[in-house]
Parts: sequence; structure tokens; C-alpha cells
Amino acid sequence: MNKNIINIFNLGKVYKIGEVEVHALRSVSLSIDEGEFVAIMGASGSGKSTLMNLLGCLDKPTTGEYYLDGVNTSKLTKNQYADIRNQKIGFVFQGFNLLPRTTALENVELPLMYDRINKIKNPLERAVEALERVGLKDRIHHMPNQLSGGQQQRVAIARALVNSPSILLADEPTGNLDSKTSVEVFSVFQKLNEEGITIILVTHERDFANFAKRIVELRDGKIVRDYMISKRLNAEEELEKLKKEIVEEV
Amino acid sequence: MQLKNILKVAWKSILKSRMRSLLTALGIIIGVAAVVVMVAIGDGAQKQVEDQIASLGSNMIIIFPGSVNQGGVRGGFGSINRFTLDDVQRIKDNATLIKAVTPIVRANSQVIGGTGNWFTQVLGVSPEYPEIRSWPVASGEFFTERDVISRAKVCVLGQEVVNQLFPDDDPIGQQIRIRNVPFKVIGVLTEKGQSAMGTNSDDIILAPATTVLDRLLGGRYISFIQASAVSNDQIQQAQEQLRQIMRDAHKLTQGEEDDFTVRNQADISEAATETSRILTILLASVAGVSLVVGGIGIMNIMLVSVTERTREIGIRLSIGARASDILIQFLTEATVLSLTGGLIGILLSFAVTYILNNYTGQAALIRPEIIIMAVGFAGAIGIFFGFYPARKAANLNPIDALRYE
Repeated sequence: MNKNIINIFNLGKVYKIGEVEVHALRSVSLSIDEGEFVAIMGASGSGKSTLMNLLGCLDKPTTGEYYLDGVNTSKLTKNQYADIRNQKIGFVFQGFNLLPRTTALENVELPLMYDRINKIKNPLERAVEALERVGLKDRIHHMPNQLSGGQQQRVAIARALVNSPSILLADEPTGNLDSKTSVEVFSVFQKLNEEGITIILVTHERDFANFAKRIVELRDGKIVRDYMISKRLNAEEELEKLKKEIVEEV
Repeated sequence: MQLKNILKVAWKSILKSRMRSLLTALGIIIGVAAVVVMVAIGDGAQKQVEDQIASLGSNMIIIFPGSVNQGGVRGGFGSINRFTLDDVQRIKDNATLIKAVTPIVRANSQVIGGTGNWFTQVLGVSPEYPEIRSWPVASGEFFTERDVISRAKVCVLGQEVVNQLFPDDDPIGQQIRIRNVPFKVIGVLTEKGQSAMGTNSDDIILAPATTVLDRLLGGRYISFIQASAVSNDQIQQAQEQLRQIMRDAHKLTQGEEDDFTVRNQADISEAATETSRILTILLASVAGVSLVVGGIGIMNIMLVSVTERTREIGIRLSIGARASDILIQFLTEATVLSLTGGLIGILLSFAVTYILNNYTGQAALIRPEIIIMAVGFAGAIGIFFGFYPARKAANLNPIDALRYE
């Protein structure tokens, strides 16, 4: 059996907007093993982004406990939180969130600059290596605005990977991309997952969720379904099909 | 983050908006340049005064006759004058911290000789006078102790007197008449120029004190006494020693006031430089205000920058930057901005003082410590005014920062 990497118990999050209390997440329990590829689905307002932020240690839960790699994160200080984000979590956002007017290479290097535990000696080589893994070796000196959306997202994935995190979190990673580019990005995810990286992503498109191995469905801040995918799609194959379709149309 | 990277990031973001950075730094540039130039002008003026006072002599101590208090009516300095050559002799014999001492007997008179006549200052002094004033003879020789004892009718002329009476001849060996007493010129002093009081130092005739007292004035009281301490750091002790000797000489009992005043060069120069120092402080404070205003400009721009770059801060936080990393980043940016402004300001002040010194009559002097102070102050302003915006950036919540539009 694979090592358990994420364990949450009765996790809840309440936002206070003025006098009104909004229960974004109510008592969610979930366990994810190393090497899994989980898609979190749900309508907007179902709490999936809140869950992602909690998993990504960007926010602290109101109630419940979150064990990441055996560490109870609810007892950690702000700085330890920052270090966890740096060491154990790679985050990919919908809006790419790359630093503007900064080359792809420098963007990918950034997490290594904030690494105070390993004191990386060769950040440049590590960043180049990460960009190679996402297939952008020949674009390393490009600025974000010189890259296509899919390429920007792959730079963001490289940045998330560069610190060899335990998990890769992606919040609607293809929300801003067209379907062909989205499939391309998913093929990168699938490749990385095959290499052993645990991936958790949020999506609201069932087609894309089928590239994962397991689906967790949320509604009103609660998990309503949690099941393994029987007919999993292969992004490479889908890509081939898409290409053929285009050729036929022409 | 390593210091090198922190500086690189700060420098990059400053260069990203060049015009804005330049305008922001302009406040500091002008502030620093103003402070440095103002202080330089003050120091230049002070240096001029100090130079003039230094030209009085080396480690000089002056003993003035005191004031007298008769039935509650106090006279000014010299209202009682009991200095005699005996006092000078006593100092010579007893004062171990005194290198040289001379009486000064003033006898300003009309002098006849050479091509005409001239009114000048005639001083009766001892042979030690040139040493005390650091004022050697240019040609001929100074009179000796023997001339003093014999009340020899010899004199040494200042350059101005030579110019007036002997414009074409060599005055040495010639005769001049002071108050109808013939004196033989045996030497000419080197040129000294303007004195601290604005008079011409070279308009002078020196003769042995005894000769002046007995042959010109017919009195026994001398005007004041000048002495030279053995070293600069022993001036205070020497001054105290002189005071004791003079008290003994004047047989003053315990509790009785001194009937003389002892002053040293530092006292005199202090009084003279006081005014220019106050002026310097005033000017520098006004300039300092503009530096503070420049600092507020930095704070303003940093606050704008933090708001503009909220998303960037969010990204940095989300990939593991600690709050302190963000704080240091913005603090460094503010400090680099103000330090760069400070350095440019110093270059500007060099240019301004160069123009002042070479194209105007105003002397300006930049002291190295002022440069260090100005740069340090500029850096401190960057840290001080950069802290609030930097803390604001560091306290951002990663999620809110990422969502910021």
C-alpha cells in the first residue's frame, strides 16, 4: 500500500462577511495516498477552492485537523506555514500567476530563492531541469507575455515542481485555456503523475476530471461522492484524436 | 533569500519604473545635496576663520591685564595694568609647560625713514616673538637677548613698512626714526598677510621690549603677554600654570579675584567661529527638512508600489516566501532608492562646491565625515519611511493578495 500523504479530519472553514457567517466548508474528512491523481469537482460555491487553499496551506481551517506528510499543520506558526508551502506543496493557479517582466527561468527559480532549509546550491540547473520536464527547454529566457497561455501554465507547473514537493495542487489549471491546450496541460499532469507525483486538482469540467484517477465531488461544503474512475482517459491519445479531427475538418 | 538576490530584485523593480524612481529619488538627491552644500559653505567659512587664527601663532596663550573693581565700579580689561617685565621673567623662570614667552609693548607711532614717513604699529617684544608667532625673518636677523639687556636701538620691519618706506632699497642697515629716536633696521619679517581681525599683519615694526619701554614710552607697564605652550594637548595645564605664577607674582591672596585674564588660541577661535557654526546649523536644518520631505516621497511611492504589486506579493507568499522575506524586499527597495539618491546627491554637491570655490568668492569645504553622515542619513530615511509600506506588504494574507485585482 502506498504511503498516506494527506489526511484531513472534520475540516471546516467559516468566513465572516460582516454579520453573516458563511460556512464554506463543513466537516470534510479525506485521505489521499502518495501517487494519487485526484480531481475535486463541484459547482461554484461548493467549497472546492476553499478546500484547495486549506490543502495548500494558504489558509488555516476554522475547525478540524489537517495532517500533511504526517505533520499536523494546525499547530504550526506562520513561518512554518510558509516553509511548508515552499517545501511540500507546488501550487498551480487558474490565472498562471507568473511574475510579469520576469523570464520563465527566473520565475521557476523563485521558490528555490526562498528555500531556507536546503539552501540550494544550483538553482539555475534545477530550474532548467524543471522547465525541461514540462517541455519548455527552448523557452527559458522568454517573458510571460511572450508565451502562449498553455506555455505560461507549463512554466507555472515547472515552478510548482522545482522544489520537489510532496503534492502538486492545481486550482482550475485549465480554466483560462482552450480545450486543445487544456488537454496538453493534462498530458503534462498525467506524465508527472506517472513519475510518482501526487496531484490534486480542481475542475468543473467532467471531461477533464476523467484524466484523473479519482474524483471527489463537493456540494455545499460537504463531500457528496468519492469514487475511482473506471474509464480513465489518456491525454496523449485524446490529443492525437483532436489533431486528427482538425486534419479531417481541413 | 541571499543578500545578492535581494539586492538584485530591489534593483530590478526600481529600474522597471525608471521615471518614477528618478522622481522619487530626486527628493533625496536635492535634500542630500542641499545639506552637504550648506554644511560645506559653513565649514568653508569656519576654516577661513580658523586659518586666520592659526596664523596668530602656535599653541598660543595670551595674558591680558585684568579689570579693576573699585567700590563696585568695574573697569574694562586693562583698567588696571600691573604687568611688568618682571612678570615675564617670572614666567620664563618658573613655567615648565611654556616653550617661549614675550611681553608685548604697544607704541604706535609715526615713523620717519627711507623715502618718507608712515604711521604704524610699533611693538616691543622679546627675541622669542618669532617662535611664538611662527613668524621668522625673511632677511637680516632678529634682535637677541643681548640687545634686550642693552636696550639696543634696533628694529625689525614688517613687509608693509618696507614697501612704504623702502620701496626700492634694501632696508637692512638703514636708519629710521621712531618718535625721533633713531633705530637701526637689522631684519625684515616674512610676509604674513591679513590677520584674523582683518588688519594687515605686515604693517608692523618690532623692537626690543626694554628699548620701547625706556626709550619710547618711558614707562614700566607692558600691554600684554604672549606665550607658547610646549604642546597642543597641554595648553589647558599650561594656562593654569601661568595663572598660578601670575597670582604669585601679583601677590594675590586666596579668594581674591585674578587681576588678569588668560586666554588661549582655542578660546579666541571658538568665539570667532561660533557665529559661522550657528549659521551652518541653521542652514543644514533647513536643508534637512527637505531631506525628510524626500523621505515622505519615498514612503508615498512605496505605498503605491505595494498596492500595485499586491498580486506579486501573493505569488511570492504562495510559493513559500515568509512575511519577513517580503518585509526585507520592500525595505531594501526603499533603502536602495534613497541610498542611490544620496550618492547622486553627493555627486551633485561636489559639482556645486566646485563651482562655488572656483567661480564665486564663497569658500566651501566638504568634510569626509559629512559625506558619510549624509549617506547614512539617507539610508536611515529609506529604512524609516520604507518600513510602514514594507510591513503593510508583509502582513498581507496570501489568498487576499492573490485574488487582488
